[in-house]
Amino acid sequence: MRRSIAILCGLMIFAAGASLRAETDDEVEAHKLVLDLTGAFSNDGFKLRDGHWVGTIKPAERALIAVNLYAGNQYWFAAAANTKAKKISVDLYDENGKPLVTEVYNQGERAAAGFSPTASGQYFVALSLLEGEPTAFCLVYSYK
Amino acid sequence: MSFRICTGLVLCLSSASLAFAADPAPLAADQMANAIKTDSLTIPTPGELFAALEKPGKPDWAGQYRTPIPMTYRNRAQIALNLGGLIADGFIAVEAQDSQQVKNIGTDIIKLAKALGVSENVLSRGNSINEFAENSEWDALQEELEATQNEVKASMQSHRDQDLVILVSLGGWIRGTQVVSASVIKNYDEKSARVLRQPAVVNFLHSKVNDISADLRNEPLVKSVNDQLTDIEKLVAFQSGKGPSLDEVRKLNQAVTKLMEEIQVKGDAK
Repeated sequence: MRRSIAILCGLMIFAAGASLRAETDDEVEAHKLVLDLTGAFSNDGFKLRDGHWVGTIKPAERALIAVNLYAGNQYWFAAAANTKAKKISVDLYDENGKPLVTEVYNQGERAAAGFSPTASGQYFVALSLLEGEPTAFCLVYSYK
Repeated sequence: MSFRICTGLVLCLSSASLAFAADPAPLAADQMANAIKTDSLTIPTPGELFAALEKPGKPDWAGQYRTPIPMTYRNRAQIALNLGGLIADGFIAVEAQDSQQVKNIGTDIIKLAKALGVSENVLSRGNSINEFAENSEWDALQEELEATQNEVKASMQSHRDQDLVILVSLGGWIRGTQVVSASVIKNYDEKSARVLRQPAVVNFLHSKVNDISADLRNEPLVKSVNDQLTDIEKLVAFQSGKGPSLDEVRKLNQAVTKLMEEIQVKGDAK
């Protein structure tokens, strides 16, 4: 519990300082929602990265972030949006933009994709708003 | 699929849909070029690199310790680079599950952070690191080390030292790569060596260093490190899905070791 609070405080402090603008209430809410989701991964030995990505997304839009993954590790990318979103999805692509087969979890405004790369290198994580109104989102990832 | 869906997730979220899926539409070149890249997610932590390395078998982490570095640097860029390296050392001590080493490194991290004038929030992290080390809470320590690094960076940004942030990440990456390449050399196998393929990380670090103020970029140490990144980027650009040869790993290790020596030497950096 104390560890979770420490991590959350760290995230908040980092968010306050690291992003060049203050996070909106909707983004903070999305961040809390995604942390609820990642608790399940932590229970299974996944370590949560202490960074996160927040922004806003419109219907049928795809927000994309580049990450660098290591062969041999297992990863879960998790995202949450606020209640204006009805359905979101998280998808992964390799360094050539080819879509990857992932384990997918979808529950309305929360989604996650699990992947175990066999090649180290750059990958892309896409967050899509499939149904709902423009919304704030937050994406994090865990590894083991 | 190469790994099981984590059981905790299934139990906790059984009402949700869980499946295997792939989006059929590939990304266009301009989409990939415009993808967001952030210091906090695009650059992996040393802990991620070490986790991948130990999958085939636990390396001799304690064998990768180095002698303590000076704590009396005056040059802020050099402090930032060494701070990143020390945080990587902290991850090594955590992998080695060595409480005393974690505490020693934690103390040094706080000393260097103080030299940069970071906030009290960061300094309190030192106590948490000690507590987690006392209680052998290794997973918590991994997260605490990254949180400490992020807090140092946040403090730098709030003190208008944002140009130093990338140097902390860079120092950590160099030290992490030095340790992993040395470990691969000790017990070479092609599969383990694959973790060293990371051209996009170096490319991103290089581009960020090129974005910092000209004054800082032209400081002798920063300039030297930045110049050497060009060659290092080539040394980590192996063919996807294929590991580097032992000779290639040795070349990479020599290059990052040379860089690390430059970074940690207590010389006349401006």
